[in-house]
Amino acid sequence: MAVKDIPDNVFMTTLDAAANWSRANSLWPMPFATACCGIELMATASSRFDLSRFGAEVMRFSPRQCDLMIVAGRVVMKMLPVLQRIWLQMPEPKWCISMGACACTGGVFDTYAVVQGVDRFIPVDMYVPGCPPRPEQLIAGIIALQDKVIKTGTFNGREFAKRTVAMGPPPFDADELIRIREGNEQLPVLN
Amino acid sequence: MSHQELLQTRFPAAGLVFSDFRDNHRVQVPKERLVEVLTCLKTEGGFDMLVDITAVDYLEYEDADDRFGVVYVLLNTSTGERTIVKTFVNDPDPTLPSMYPLWKSADWTEREVYDMFGIKFEGHPDLRRILMPDEFTTFPLRKDYPLKGRGERHNFPVITRSES
Ligand code: SF4
Repeated sequence: MAVKDIPDNVFMTTLDAAANWSRANSLWPMPFATACCGIELMATASSRFDLSRFGAEVMRFSPRQCDLMIVAGRVVMKMLPVLQRIWLQMPEPKWCISMGACACTGGVFDTYAVVQGVDRFIPVDMYVPGCPPRPEQLIAGIIALQDKVIKTGTFNGREFAKRTVAMGPPPFDADELIRIREGNEQLPVLN
Repeated sequence: MSHQELLQTRFPAAGLVFSDFRDNHRVQVPKERLVEVLTCLKTEGGFDMLVDITAVDYLEYEDADDRFGVVYVLLNTSTGERTIVKTFVNDPDPTLPSMYPLWKSADWTEREVYDMFGIKFEGHPDLRRILMPDEFTTFPLRKDYPLKGRGERHNFPVITRSES
């Protein structure tokens, strides 16, 4: 079939590009809202900011039906295994947005129970800073993520297989444990 | 008769210390008399609700004689009267009798005090940790536990992209 025979409303593209275009415009978020950032996430989804303009309004509370995890709020020690389990239950391809200072770094909650950044333990694609980020900022993050999906995604998810090391800041400060163990010698044993 | 008069007539030589601040009526009780005093407050004083149990760690307080203060907040739901009963326990092995037989609300509040301060409550039906994970080995609200923990928050497996 010669090229001149193709009508105006037919486009030629690669399978990767077509798949990524549709994935980017139909993200189904998994709202992992654990704290105040979750309120802003709800505001983003509702009528005033209207996340459905970007095709991402279908919040699913079942991880099996989602492809975008939005971690909104601080994650504590007891919640992290839950977060990891939900992340593992989500089918490929999947992406993760870490929303707010707490999810990115622990924020002001530098305490014994709060995980200092979810990117230490699960892969994160996009960081949205702020405390809490305004809905515009989250929308900007989702647009940037759509860009990333379109530019880097492949049809069969090959891009994920290449990422074998944790990304973001170093996942574990090895010195911290040593400092703690040294410091412990002086502390009375409690139990 | 206010609960203060009631306690004074009931336990004249028990070493109770009364104090007031604004609307707070407080009474300090030696650990040995705690059950008697609280039972009297419930049965005769009409304090039918145990609002809260909490604790304070007085480690490194210059003028403190005892390490832990345990605070019981009681409410009389028919008169609206409140009173705060405080007692002290010490290392090692701080232990108090459980108030579960008197007020069922002591169940979770005592578990919380145990979880955070390691104060044991004898006779509690199910003294487990309530807030921290079961694997946690120490008591985080004690003053000799560092604010940033001892690295427990980093002890999780790392999931990378290719594994998930
Ligand atoms: S970043 Fe701020 S708004 Fe978001 S969860 Fe943390 S404290 Fe709350």
